[in-house]
Amino acid sequence: MSENRFRGTDTYVATNDLMMAVNAAVTLGRPLLVKGEPGTGKTQLAEEIATALSRPFIQWHIKSTTKAQQGLYEYDAVARLRDSQLGDERVHDIANYILKGRLWEAFEYDVQPVVLIDEIDKADIEFPNDLLQELDRMEFFVYETKQVINAKHRPIIVITSNNEKELPDAFLRRCFFHYIRFPDRGTMTRIVRVHYPDLKKNLLDEALRSFFEVREVPGLKKKPSTSELLDWIKLLVAEDIPADALRSDDPRKIIPPLHGALLKNEQDVHLFERLVFLNRRNAR
Amino acid sequence: MLVDFFYKLREVDVPVSTTEYLTLLEALSQRVADYSVDEFYYLARATLVKDERHYDRFDKAFGAYFKGLEELFDAVIGEIPLEWLRRQTELRLSEEEKQRIESLGGWEKLMQTLRERLEQQEKRHQGGSKWIGTGGTSPFGGYGYNSEGVRIGQEGSRNRRAVKVWDKREFRNLDDTVELGTRNIKLALRRLRQFAREGAAEELDLDHTIHATAKNAGLLDLKMIPERHNAAKVLLFLDVGGSMNDHVRICEEMFSASRSEFKHLEYFYFHNCVYETVWRDNRRRHSEQMSTLDIIRTYGSDHKVVLVGDASMSPYEIMYPGGGVEHMNAEAGIVWMQRLLAVYPRAIWLNPVAEPYWSYTQSIEMIQEIMDQRMFPLTLEGLDKGMRALQRSH
Repeated sequence: MSENRFRGTDTYVATNDLMMAVNAAVTLGRPLLVKGEPGTGKTQLAEEIATALSRPFIQWHIKSTTKAQQGLYEYDAVARLRDSQLGDERVHDIANYILKGRLWEAFEYDVQPVVLIDEIDKADIEFPNDLLQELDRMEFFVYETKQVINAKHRPIIVITSNNEKELPDAFLRRCFFHYIRFPDRGTMTRIVRVHYPDLKKNLLDEALRSFFEVREVPGLKKKPSTSELLDWIKLLVAEDIPADALRSDDPRKIIPPLHGALLKNEQDVHLFERLVFLNRRNAR
Repeated sequence: MLVDFFYKLREVDVPVSTTEYLTLLEALSQRVADYSVDEFYYLARATLVKDERHYDRFDKAFGAYFKGLEELFDAVIGEIPLEWLRRQTELRLSEEEKQRIESLGGWEKLMQTLRERLEQQEKRHQGGSKWIGTGGTSPFGGYGYNSEGVRIGQEGSRNRRAVKVWDKREFRNLDDTVELGTRNIKLALRRLRQFAREGAAEELDLDHTIHATAKNAGLLDLKMIPERHNAAKVLLFLDVGGSMNDHVRICEEMFSASRSEFKHLEYFYFHNCVYETVWRDNRRRHSEQMSTLDIIRTYGSDHKVVLVGDASMSPYEIMYPGGGVEHMNAEAGIVWMQRLLAVYPRAIWLNPVAEPYWSYTQSIEMIQEIMDQRMFPLTLEGLDKGMRALQRSH
């Protein structure tokens, strides 16, 4: 069983509670529902589980128009209609027009795959309810061909949500749940280390300090998150900006360079600049 | 023994079910968690709690059940306002100083003293060595150092002493009875969305097309339907001025959040109670007023009405003609309220005043009665209940 334990990877730092949730979901073969602030690595988690346990990875990205049925299979009536009008021989076998969905694919793997159902809250309210049976029993019925499709191995299912819709209770009962918190300073340092192992220590310290200062500015519409910090550091490294340029002891230089990577909203940039202006005035 | 914990969770309104309890037992029997209480805590949380808003309640119940201390706290002190404990200074003590404050008697004595001090203390406190606050050497409070201290409202382990994960209560902000931000408001308002097909037919209706084509002996017969739109229609009335000034920020957020959520949203301002006129632009409230009767005539009764106000006023403003504070009103506020409610049966009143204080203000109770008990506090939970009430037809 120990080889099935998830402990994070070379490129992904997992906290203890996250590891526990993942391992519980893997061991019991139940879906894991992951929520959290945007940019904290929800989507990445499933990929990393697949890498860590060396399993195939299948992503099913949900849009507002996605139906649960599309994950199982689709019956391409229009193609069959066209074929019938053209007199194609294929038209006599309905199985020719059954298109496999993501879950069907996952059910057919010879090793246990990792399936990511990304942003489930984007879909219609009924979407999770329509998948209850399939996720519980890991089987479904194809009406057109009258066959029952069973999973060869219960896939590891990771579901992400941004909280745009509430998920039904019956669905939640069947999942493990984990809320990815915004990482604290120690975890954040480890995350950056994993992505930029050669980063100079003083640049990292200063970058993190500026970053957490920006996050603490009251009233920001969108607080910068982990993925934005990583982008920003990439820019800092690319532009070869020295660590002391980030030091904000001097109130006249408080705006960090390349702040466009951290603040994604012009109101936030204005707010930030206004605060800087006030600071300057106070300093005089 | 876990059964007790399970019922404890239900008591504090964490919605756990038998299925989840069985899942937890199954996970335990499969040795998902080792024999450490931290691992058990993580496992239990992932299994039993399905919403980050309930994390804080879970943490409290867990702490109470497995240590029996946290609950004692709440019983004694209720909620200590966070402001008292907001970090201002941090205290660094030398080793001798730590020695000096090493002991203040046993646990029992500490709790006894805490209880007494809370009774005496009324203001926020910082520094010093007696009162509950931050950065001091009193045994009660956060961000200070006292080896036998009781930590209240401190984030993270500052002196690396034994505070358990669940005791940190880091998810307090996610509890839905507390916080209300723009995003939360949006989430709650989404409940109101009603999808309907209206307007030009521009989407292919595949099922209908197949049926029509089959009927047409196999010749393709395309059928179109209109796209789905959000058809919720809302009239929003916002109280401004006077006692509402304290709540302006919340109302603005509510307003900015709701604007993007509905196709048909009209908003109006009023002061204290709705009378014969309301206005749309708060800066020109005296020059550009609209007649309330016009509103009733213009917008159909399929609109939902949301009134936001603290309903804190003199009872005369509701009950008597001429009682208004700003102008001479010919008819009483209650008459106008009833007219509005007669046309728009689906209406709620959202009140930024916290619910426990409602009974202290006579006018709030009066409005509550006029609204037929459909007044809700302006918290996420209240908003949610309000939206549910709006959806039920009358």
